[in-house]
Amino acid sequence: MKPFLQVRGLSKRFGKGCETCNHADLSEIENNLCPSCSTVTACLNVSFDLHPDEVLGIVGESGSGKSTLVKLLHFEYEASAGTFFLNGNHFAGERQNLLTLSSFQKRQFRSRHMGIVYQNPHAGLRMNISSGGNIAEKLLAAGWRNVSQIRSRAAGLLDQTEIPIGRMDEPPRNFSGGMQQRVQIAKALSNNPQILLLDEVTTGLDLSVQAKVLDLIRRLQHELHLSMIVVSHDLGVIRLLCQRTMVMRYGRVVESGLTDQVMEDPQHPYTQLLVSSQL
Amino acid sequence: MGYVAVKGGTEAIENACRLFAFEHMKGDSAPLKIQQIHEQLFLLVDRVMGEGALYAPDLAALAIKQAAGDTLEAAFLLRAYRTTMPRIGYTIPCTTEKMRIIRRISAAFKDIPGGQILGPTSDYTLRLLDFDLIDESVQESAAFKRALTGTLSQDATLPDTFPKIIDILRQEGLLVETKKTPIPHEEKSSSIVDITREALTFPAHRSASLQSLARGETGGLLLLAYSSMRGYGNVHPTIGELRVGYLPVMIRHPYKGEAHLVGEVKVTEAEVIARYDDAGGKPRFTLGYGLCFGQNEIKAISMAILDRAMQAAEPQSPCEDQEFVLSHIDGIESMGFCNHWKLPHYVDFQSDLDRLRKAQTIHETQKLDTPKTPSE
Amino acid sequence: MKLKNWILQRHHQNDDQLLYTFGYIDEMAKKEIRRKILKAVAIPGYQVPFGSRELPIARGWGTGGLQVTLSMILPEDVLKIIDQGCDGSVNAANIRKFIQAVTSVDTTTDTNEATIIQTRHRIPEEPMGSGQILVLQVPYPEALREVEPSEAATRRMHAEGDYGRMWLYLYEDIVRYGEITISYRYPVVVNGKYIMDPSPIPRWDVPKLNMAEMLCIFGAGREKRIYAIPPYTKVEPLEFEDHPFRVEDFTGRNCERCGAKDTYLDEIIDDETGNRRYFCSDTGYCDKRCQA
Repeated sequence: MKPFLQVRGLSKRFGKGCETCNHADLSEIENNLCPSCSTVTACLNVSFDLHPDEVLGIVGESGSGKSTLVKLLHFEYEASAGTFFLNGNHFAGERQNLLTLSSFQKRQFRSRHMGIVYQNPHAGLRMNISSGGNIAEKLLAAGWRNVSQIRSRAAGLLDQTEIPIGRMDEPPRNFSGGMQQRVQIAKALSNNPQILLLDEVTTGLDLSVQAKVLDLIRRLQHELHLSMIVVSHDLGVIRLLCQRTMVMRYGRVVESGLTDQVMEDPQHPYTQLLVSSQL
Repeated sequence: MGYVAVKGGTEAIENACRLFAFEHMKGDSAPLKIQQIHEQLFLLVDRVMGEGALYAPDLAALAIKQAAGDTLEAAFLLRAYRTTMPRIGYTIPCTTEKMRIIRRISAAFKDIPGGQILGPTSDYTLRLLDFDLIDESVQESAAFKRALTGTLSQDATLPDTFPKIIDILRQEGLLVETKKTPIPHEEKSSSIVDITREALTFPAHRSASLQSLARGETGGLLLLAYSSMRGYGNVHPTIGELRVGYLPVMIRHPYKGEAHLVGEVKVTEAEVIARYDDAGGKPRFTLGYGLCFGQNEIKAISMAILDRAMQAAEPQSPCEDQEFVLSHIDGIESMGFCNHWKLPHYVDFQSDLDRLRKAQTIHETQKLDTPKTPSE
Repeated sequence: MKLKNWILQRHHQNDDQLLYTFGYIDEMAKKEIRRKILKAVAIPGYQVPFGSRELPIARGWGTGGLQVTLSMILPEDVLKIIDQGCDGSVNAANIRKFIQAVTSVDTTTDTNEATIIQTRHRIPEEPMGSGQILVLQVPYPEALREVEPSEAATRRMHAEGDYGRMWLYLYEDIVRYGEITISYRYPVVVNGKYIMDPSPIPRWDVPKLNMAEMLCIFGAGREKRIYAIPPYTKVEPLEFEDHPFRVEDFTGRNCERCGAKDTYLDEIIDDETGNRRYFCSDTGYCDKRCQA
């Protein structure tokens, strides 16, 4: 099956850049800070494919660039280089590098075709708006103009994410951490996105709550045939959700392949270190 | 009493204006002379000129008299008058090195080339009410003036100019360089914006920001600067130099192009040295700048602190948010809008009443219709 | 009378020195404001920044509307000024006094006779026609201010058509109160593109903007913005299919003075009996009906 999402050579630098960091030899990298110009290379030359109904995991420790990668895909940062293609996107009618769209077009595209769930619910939700309203925002931006229909869809999504419908008109700030994450998931799914991005969504939650949320995500992925990119530093989460995995370190992909293979038979020393460090 | 359509609006307004004029005449005191206000309430005149954005001390004194001392109203009168003045041209830009100084201090160094000249200031007075001023007489003033001038040495020489402390620091590489940022979207290459000719848009060019601050209301500027000093900001200011004096006003002859001196204006200038940063290499002190008409040191210092605060890359507090500061410091705008709430708003309020009554009806209906659901 | 002749006549009168230009504002300022008005008319509903001048009337009291009127007015114009619908209201009286002093134009209380009507918070009951201009005084030009305090952010939102948060605000209103609670300043969509603030007119007057024959110009002096709706432009209040836009409800009430049942009514507290009495807000129209 052909991949429907293709990323090639995606890079992000914070800083001016210089000769030294532009031509860094990848094999001798010890960190992502350039010694001569203090530029931070958050992502360098990341390439991958995503297939329909597939879940790709991105694993790495703090500073590995995995969250930056998700922010680049979600157009929250401007990429320094690279291409990002999404087949069948209705936007331009032909294959277009989404990273070169205008900010207006990016916003529109993101609103219609992407969903994201953040680690911190405050980043993904408006805490002073009702949870139904949070879900409704994308529908309203897409032109839905019937309150009953909007509430119906919101109620349906709350149901799917196991949130009591009676709490639809309450703001999420009154909810527990796990429930806030589920509102985020409902919101992310409201516009039937082509791709769902999950950035450390269970980090910080109690273990039993984490298990429930992960269960929910797995079920939804299965039911709705979602294509997902899951970012986590927790190998257990990756193992549970993802068919394929990329391991990142200092902004570079050091290893990638089928999750089972990467976990059972890691090739790169860093991956070996990660896997062996698991409790 | 039957209802009579309210038609006497014009008459009512005229009477209100007459009553207001009456208020300052109803006592027995002799009418104030403009000269008295100009000469004896000179700091008030300076403040009004600064906020009115028009250097015209006698007109400012008149405005103060007409407004019965209300500084916002007086500044408003000046601004409105300014609008009627034709724009003949712009002065030749000059630096304050050319200032004829009456006061010049630095808090950064104990002693400075040219010396710390305290000049006329109330900073060191003890704030005790001086009851002798009640019966101040012309003879006493004359005697005081004779005594003062009598002690002055006629031979004492004064330097023509005083070096700028800031320049000395700059020479040593301790202070950021001046840089001219181009104005975006400008067809002709001018290096400054004119806020009286175009509306502010954000982010605002620094020239627009300084112009707005220069005509800002003193109390408002002080409030925002104070918030920065107290901790809602991290400027950590030291006054590099504060100057009060007279700047020459030079214009070019329209045909011959020669420079001509046409007068001088009193200004206060504050240069505040602020915490250093290393944006762009070597760490250096940063600078905040303030300049306003007349002797108004609170305003110049506040301006300088806000100028620096607004340069913050990531605003963390209101005084660092350029849009927040510049949108709210104009006294004429703020007082006008505050006052406008006194205008009739009964049509708007009628609409509000309609909404509230309907919302109450819905609330009552909902209470009757749905039984209370147990909360989860 | 042509403006040229008016100025010539004034110059010849020795006893009456021309202390100000016609219309108070200097010619360069008028030129700029006219250009901005043209731009506003060319882009319906878009807020054009302009170098707002100070006037002898305070900011917040109609300087925007005044600058628009004074930039357009000619000696042959006939002017009507209303505030809350009433010609005699204090703000209207004040502004009329000023404009007459600096232009000597004729004034009227009859909507049909006026060529320029400057208004605060109401649109006249009688429909205006082509050849007439309505100038509205605006305190808050930004319809999105309720959801976003930053001007830089709202300009971007308009540019990108990013109006989700405004619709969300309306949705939350319906969830909380059963209907949209915005009373005056009801947001509208102009020409299918920009969301616009129609100034604090009551909802009653909002339908008058849609496909109107007259030109509407909105002036915000303090905020320094001009915007416009050219004639025959679609102006639609934001509404949901199942929660349509609704005007104020005056059923069962009529004007005590002229009997009208179809005008916006002022509610007066009768000090003797404590009861409520109702009268047409549009006093000019009420007078006409009484005379008929």
